[in-house]
Amino acid sequence: MRDVAVVGFAQRQMTDYDGSPQCAELLVPLLAECYEQTGWTKKDIGFWCSGSSDYLAGRAFSFVSAIDAIGVLPPVNESHVEMDAAWALYEAWLKIQTGEVDTALVYGFGKSSAGVLRRTLALQLDPYTMTPLWPDTVSIAALQARLGIDAGLWDERAMAEVVDRSLTDAEKNEYAVRAGGSSVEDLLARPMFADPLRKHDCAPVTDGAAAIVLAAGDRAREVRDRPAWITGLGHVSDGLHLGTRDLTQSESAERAAASVGGLDGVEIAEVHAPFSHQEVILRGALGLADDVRINPSGGPLAGNPMFTGGAIRIGEAARRVWDGTADKVAGHATSGPALQQNLVCVMEAK
Amino acid sequence: MSRTLQAPVTVAFDYTRSVGPVLGRFLTGLREGRFVGARTSDGRVVVPPPEFDPLTHRATADFVDLPDTGTVTSWTWVSEPVAGQPFDRPFAFALVTLDGADAPILHAVDAAGPEEMSTGMRVRARWAEERAGVITDFVFEPDGSSEVSRLGTGAPRTSTTEEGDAVSGIITPVSLDYVYAASPEESAFFRGLSEGRILGQRCPKCQKVYVPPRPACPVDGVPTEGEIELSDTGTVTTFCIVNVPFQGQKIKPPYVAAYVLLDGADIAIQHLILDIPADEVRMGLRVKAVWKPREEWGTTIENISHFAPTGDPDADYETYKQHL
Ligand SMILES: [Zn+2]
Repeated sequence: MRDVAVVGFAQRQMTDYDGSPQCAELLVPLLAECYEQTGWTKKDIGFWCSGSSDYLAGRAFSFVSAIDAIGVLPPVNESHVEMDAAWALYEAWLKIQTGEVDTALVYGFGKSSAGVLRRTLALQLDPYTMTPLWPDTVSIAALQARLGIDAGLWDERAMAEVVDRSLTDAEKNEYAVRAGGSSVEDLLARPMFADPLRKHDCAPVTDGAAAIVLAAGDRAREVRDRPAWITGLGHVSDGLHLGTRDLTQSESAERAAASVGGLDGVEIAEVHAPFSHQEVILRGALGLADDVRINPSGGPLAGNPMFTGGAIRIGEAARRVWDGTADKVAGHATSGPALQQNLVCVMEAK
Repeated sequence: MSRTLQAPVTVAFDYTRSVGPVLGRFLTGLREGRFVGARTSDGRVVVPPPEFDPLTHRATADFVDLPDTGTVTSWTWVSEPVAGQPFDRPFAFALVTLDGADAPILHAVDAAGPEEMSTGMRVRARWAEERAGVITDFVFEPDGSSEVSRLGTGAPRTSTTEEGDAVSGIITPVSLDYVYAASPEESAFFRGLSEGRILGQRCPKCQKVYVPPRPACPVDGVPTEGEIELSDTGTVTTFCIVNVPFQGQKIKPPYVAAYVLLDGADIAIQHLILDIPADEVRMGLRVKAVWKPREEWGTTIENISHFAPTGDPDADYETYKQHL
């Protein structure tokens, strides 16, 4: 295996992006930030990979327009996944492992506000027995939340504690779409949206984009004193049918963590939990010790641009290695209904 | 004023899929007003039946009929329904484990309010009077109530060869509403058109002029800058003669769709070439925009009805060959 590190990260998160869903204009300054961080130009990038979705944009091949932002003439080595950019990062990491390239720039974008997000996401369900009912993402998460409450695995107070901590931490995040802790009592006094979920239990609809730079060996060392070396990267998916999964657990998150040898020694974890109770599930499934600091950025409850939210978790975690806050961190990304698919990326200073 | 021009857009299409023997059996059962589940290799009874066993990965073969009563194992109250859901008023989504089953099915419960819902409550399927062999052929209701169900608009349909045959396919209408925004540069272009001007943007690095303008230069990946007003005369660089009729076509074939390189631009725009027989259109033909009457103008490229020959001599190939 080649030593590959995260060496660059830039993001934008906003409630409403006043621009086209192709987001080329939004991506240009993010890529410029990546060049500034690395001291590179586009000629130094060996591979480009993006994550986005046509359903979110409401137009076919929406990623093709976005690639104007990277400068594609003469043609560049480029790929795309219809998933969160965290999975694009996985593809880029594999590409570097092949030895074909030494560097990669990964980006994701999504204008979640263009349509009705919780409805659009019903299209990722089983198309025969579920999508025709248009079960929205918030409803599905609420069914999951209640199963855990009824089983005594968490309660509304535990969910509110996740929200309060996230929104308090988000006060220090300039990109947070929602920030400002109040108190658990105050949160619990607010009305239900999708019983037992209140609006603050659900990640806000967020537009945005993010970019991450990966580099192998000496190319990484030329950028940073403390590159965030990827020492484990795995992803696992559960089956399509909600009914055959134990929704109070996340088997795929557990297996993804096991596939990287577990998360022992991780000091900070950025966990992609778009609903408050899912952080509780993931803490257990990922085997995070009690003293692991979760989502110091404020996490997805403070801002969750679609197809970017998972990649941002990896970028936020990597930053903690660069600045010396931690020696070992984890970034986690999820995709699909009720934590169906999970990706874990462990990064270390060394 | 918003920085960008925005407009509602609906993307709609029918998903047409074949269902295979397992789901076909399940959907055929629904059309007949009964539930068909399957026994998996770990002994569980699952409905809807999975096509392949989750453990052995063998095709599902052991089918079980189930009653239409069950128990709610989880529920949520949909306070703000979205389009296409089983009800356009507040209702519950629930996981319901049918009697005799070991795994729940996700569906709607027609309850008056969240206070009528609880984990462990008993529900019964209420079948639609006319059933098509689709998942919306029923909803659940608290056991004991009895209203008549209606199928909403946009309900899926199934395809069968004849009445009574097994359901072999499903057609699910998908319709998604968006507020579509142009980029700021495209917005400037469309606003310019409403004033009878054609605006492009220049790349500060390679100096290429893009029309319609792009937010970034695809060669250099840098933001384009500076509005460039372009002439409405240009050169046909390439073209095709449309002979094929298609849905939504506005002009009777044959007609010519061409790339027109406006004077001063580095990328051609696509438009119609009229006022000349289709078989006389050629590369290098000099053309000029024919604008509709000013009172018909909006923020659209349709302000230009078409391009027509200027009568000038053809452009020299050398002047446009790098733009092909
Ligand atoms: Zn340029």
